Amino acid sequence: MNNSSESEYAIQAKGLSKHFGDLKAIDNLDISVEKSRIYGFLGPNGCGKTTAIRMLTGLLTPTSGEIEVLGLRLPQEAEKLRLKIGYMTQRFSLYNDLTVKENLQFISKIYGITGTQQKKRIDELLSIYGLNHKQTQFAGSMSGGQRQRLALAAATLHKPELLFLDEPTSAVDPENRREFWEQLFDLCDQGTSVLVSTHYMDEAERCHKLAILEDGVKRADGTPEELMNNMAAHVIEISAPELRQLKQHLMSLPEVITGSQLGARLRVLIHNTVTDPIGFIMQHSNLTADFVDLVRPSLEDVFVTCTGNSRQ
Amino acid sequence: MMLSLLRIQAIFFKELTQLKRDRMTFGMVIMIPLVQLMLFGYAINTNIRHIPVGVVDQSQSALSRVLVQTISATQVVKFEQQFQDIKTAEDALKRSEIRAILIIPPDVTKRVARHPSSGFGLPASSDEETSRPIAQWLVDGADTAIAATIKSLRNMPLSELVSVKPANRSTPTFEVTLYYNPEQRTAVNIVPGLIGIILTMTMIMFTSAAIVREREQGNMEMLITTPIRSIEIMLGKIIPYIFIGVVQVVIILGLGYLLFDVPVNGSLLSLLAITLLFIAASLTLGLVISTIAKNQLQSTQMTIFVLLPSILLSGFMFPYEGMPLAAQYIAEAFPATHFMRLIRGVVLKDLEFTDLTFDIYWLGLFTIIGLAVASMRFKKTLG
Repeated sequence: MNNSSESEYAIQAKGLSKHFGDLKAIDNLDISVEKSRIYGFLGPNGCGKTTAIRMLTGLLTPTSGEIEVLGLRLPQEAEKLRLKIGYMTQRFSLYNDLTVKENLQFISKIYGITGTQQKKRIDELLSIYGLNHKQTQFAGSMSGGQRQRLALAAATLHKPELLFLDEPTSAVDPENRREFWEQLFDLCDQGTSVLVSTHYMDEAERCHKLAILEDGVKRADGTPEELMNNMAAHVIEISAPELRQLKQHLMSLPEVITGSQLGARLRVLIHNTVTDPIGFIMQHSNLTADFVDLVRPSLEDVFVTCTGNSRQ
Repeated sequence: MMLSLLRIQAIFFKELTQLKRDRMTFGMVIMIPLVQLMLFGYAINTNIRHIPVGVVDQSQSALSRVLVQTISATQVVKFEQQFQDIKTAEDALKRSEIRAILIIPPDVTKRVARHPSSGFGLPASSDEETSRPIAQWLVDGADTAIAATIKSLRNMPLSELVSVKPANRSTPTFEVTLYYNPEQRTAVNIVPGLIGIILTMTMIMFTSAAIVREREQGNMEMLITTPIRSIEIMLGKIIPYIFIGVVQVVIILGLGYLLFDVPVNGSLLSLLAITLLFIAASLTLGLVISTIAKNQLQSTQMTIFVLLPSILLSGFMFPYEGMPLAAQYIAEAFPATHFMRLIRGVVLKDLEFTDLTFDIYWLGLFTIIGLAVASMRFKKTLG
């Protein structure tokens, strides 16, 4: 379907900035999203994820920077882009007082899909997203998970090449979240590129690639593995009594980025300027090596290391 | 830059479906014209009758009692209380128990006898004596309509009082012929005017709320990411309300004819033409409000802010000619004022809509400007 000459990227943005008065919602952001991949924006609330997505969909004009999405320059060619992208908003934005089927029929007409083509596509979506027996139910009376499947069905109705999902699973339980991601991988498998924003670590970890955003600035990007391997810190787990006091003591050391207790264990991030982290802990805690382990970093460790959240 | 009929139609049918399910709004569409027509048709009457009044009879004569009866017979006032002195009567006036006090002086018999209209020529009365009225009214003048009605009693003929053919009852200076509403029934003027009021109310309120709701509930956020244009959203949303407006006009004129015998003298085509034009003007006003208001409460507040002057200055209840010049200029800006002239012209005076070109042009101009402003502002809210 695509020309071979076309770029391998679904989204390319350089030096993207959006300022609202003095507030720099997005500052000098560079991103490249490969086609048929799931790309994640990971960051706390208010870090600029939604602003970034709105600029990449052409809804918001950037203060400065260049954007090319699916070979179209934004914001100049935003109108043309509308037919090629799907956008699932953070808040459920279909009509609560219309039924599942009516909502989908409405969206079909908006995209100019009518007649048998419309019927076929809606039936297809209803079975993919398990909404067959819910057709005549009002969207407003459905559970969070069902509503979110309906929203995904609506956003993919016109078979967009690129899908934007703004915190898609914030109103969904873990069971439904896992199911939702299976559906995203199915879409991805069929050639759809996906850009998803989230503040859940487990969700970010599922992305092929992700960017960690904080205060409108990209702190790190890459595959989850790359991010974890290249992390500028060691992760140590300590199993010992009196962890509260130990934590307090360790946190006062400049080499320690953060410490957090997980039940009977204390997870400590130590700056990688320290070459022997286990020795470092032993030296500062009178514990023997039996109690101290060097463990594999998690995405949360990466997130904490590269954002300013290190000292709560 | 072609508009897509399919997309407009999608919005249109969605709006109809939602309206059908919103029982309250749907009920209001029917109930507002129905109830208001009953209320205004029956309740509003500029022919004031049976004003509660009191009397202080200082003469206590046979003539004074006949005088009270004669005044009662006019049905303009109703004597509800008797007072011993003026002070207690004034207190009752203050408490609004009565709206006026009739004070009959002790020498009322003599005054009547000397009054020129009573027709007793002899003995010839001096100028000073003849200039004396026979009794006095103290009126609660706060309400100008009540005051004017009592004032109209000033020249009440005394012939019945003394059952003598008056000698100097004069021929009127003017003969007055009343066109269009010879029986002077208030409903004839009110019912067509009511169309303007109800359309102003429902059209502005429904459209402004309908679009604001879409934004409030987050639907707009989804719509703007689709290929739909803002003008298509607006057209799709207001077209259902054009039908609602026409239904309301049919209810008002139909019931007005059945219950209040208000004729429709003009052609139905003219009626439809001016009604559609006015609906369009009101809808665009609602659209403009919807682009400014952030939520449904604000849109309701702004609607009322526009609604009140638009109704009060429209000439619906108070004649346009009676307003000061500044108010007349403001009134000219509102579509309701022009529609009031148009609808009364067509319904009562059998005017063709082509005869009222200025009002037609103004409504047309208002619609075009309104649409332009709304589309411009609507775009802004997306960015």
